[in-house]
Amino acid sequence: MSTSSDIKPELRTVAQAPSSVRGTRLTLQAATLGRRDAPVLADVDLDIARGEILTVVGPSGCGKSTLLRTLASLLPPLAGEIDQDGHPLAGPSAERALIFQEDALLPWRTLRANVELPLAIGRVPRSERRVQAEEWLARVGLADHARQLPHRVSGGQRQRAQLARALAGRPRAVLMDEPFGALDAQTRAGMQDLLVEVLRGTGATVVFVTHDVDEALFLGDRVALLGAGRLLAVRDIPRPRDRTALDDPARVALRRDVLTSLGT
Amino acid sequence: MSRPAPRAGRYRRPLPPIGRYALRVAALAAALGLWQVLTSLDVDLWLRFSQFPTVTDVAHAFADRVSGADYWTDLTDSLTRIVTGFLLAAVLGVAGGVLVARSRLAEDLLGPLLEVVRPIPAIALVPVAILLFPSNEEGIVFITFTAAFFPVLVSTRHSVRALTPVWEEAVLTMGGGRWRILGSVVLPGALPGIFGGLSVGIGVSWICVISAEMISGQYGVGYRTWQDYTIVNYPGVFVGMVTIGVLGWLTSTTVELLGRRLTRWLPRTSYVPGARPTPSRTLAPARPAPAAVRTEQPSGTEEARDEHLV
Repeated sequence: MSTSSDIKPELRTVAQAPSSVRGTRLTLQAATLGRRDAPVLADVDLDIARGEILTVVGPSGCGKSTLLRTLASLLPPLAGEIDQDGHPLAGPSAERALIFQEDALLPWRTLRANVELPLAIGRVPRSERRVQAEEWLARVGLADHARQLPHRVSGGQRQRAQLARALAGRPRAVLMDEPFGALDAQTRAGMQDLLVEVLRGTGATVVFVTHDVDEALFLGDRVALLGAGRLLAVRDIPRPRDRTALDDPARVALRRDVLTSLGT
Repeated sequence: MSRPAPRAGRYRRPLPPIGRYALRVAALAAALGLWQVLTSLDVDLWLRFSQFPTVTDVAHAFADRVSGADYWTDLTDSLTRIVTGFLLAAVLGVAGGVLVARSRLAEDLLGPLLEVVRPIPAIALVPVAILLFPSNEEGIVFITFTAAFFPVLVSTRHSVRALTPVWEEAVLTMGGGRWRILGSVVLPGALPGIFGGLSVGIGVSWICVISAEMISGQYGVGYRTWQDYTIVNYPGVFVGMVTIGVLGWLTSTTVELLGRRLTRWLPRTSYVPGARPTPSRTLAPARPAPAAVRTEQPSGTEEARDEHLV
């Protein structure tokens, strides 16, 4: 995005909180996930470290969204245990924000009012809410669109507003469900850069679901592969969030591995 | 509302707003003129206009009434009854609709009862009202309330059930609780549907308040109209009918305008039906280009224009 250059200076002022403390650790032990009549993922053991970006890839219908919705506590686990920092999850909470693929902004609220919503829920005083919401919108390059209704702006702008809304609540984990899936390739690359910029300094743990292997390998510290109703593997990604790492031999090899395991 | 939509659509483009107003006034004047001609000439074909009061008779009667105190007492009585009944119905209808849509227990407890009572015409509840309430006044309000309650309840229930689940899930993952979801998602999201029910409800309320006044009222426009009929004062009957028409039109316009104001966030095309670019016989083949331009022009002006033309 053209605005990424004027985002950086603001970031420093915001990252007052020691960034390493904000994240949260999420652990799944022998967890079975899905709806009661239709379990999708069985026997999942996964340890998501504080402040890391874990990307999740897999064919459609493999349970990527189910995993996220379970981590957000919108869906209870059918078996096993899911902990946050060693304590079992107890219902949805502002600590674990969820970003949806599209159309999750409330259409009757302006972009700014949408971003103010988590602040209102968190009992931030009204005047402070407005200031913070405008800051977040500026950070994702939407300062000029703060008073627009969601259906008046483009799909990419709506997703940026969703990102601002999710981060405004200062969550300790951000769960993202194919947030850029509906965007064209060019907008998507811009959004990935923006996401990296904006996340830096929040220290939040991120679980990012995508069907795009290249996106997963660019954004993630680690990538989790789902398929055949199971967690197939979790792999470390060499040189994450580095656009020049595309032809790094280690990255190329990992990309081939991931594609083969998804193909079978 | 007053005129079929396709006709309004066809005349929309060639005529500026002033022209549309003129057309509406002219149509009304033409209807009055026809009435005057038929009645003053005592036309007695299959339809008999000989006993019918003329427009001027009615106008004289109207002028007499308006200068007297009774007319205004009737008016305020009827308005008080309908406003009380309708507001009660709006509040309880929305509350009941949300409750039934969101709670399985409420649905099981209230659902069957509501479904059985719903088909009973509100006016058929006059005996019940007479038995239940100490005075006619409360009975009439009760009947008005019942008339508007069910349309509001049913449309609220439907629109709450049709809400996108993602909105609720988003608020849940922001840490919002039950009341936050009610106030920030359910009520605003269901508002377009609720106003659909309110528009229907205010219309049915008028029918019922007038009928109830005719049966059991003391004062009120319906009561006066029926009184005039029993003493064979036909111009008086027509004064009553005109009054009912104007009051009904004013109240439903109020509801309509309030609804538009509160649901301004709706994407335009799905809302104002008149704004649809209807293919018009006279224009489309000859001038295709302006039609394309029209769909692109900002819709704000059309909205502003439409609000005054309800």
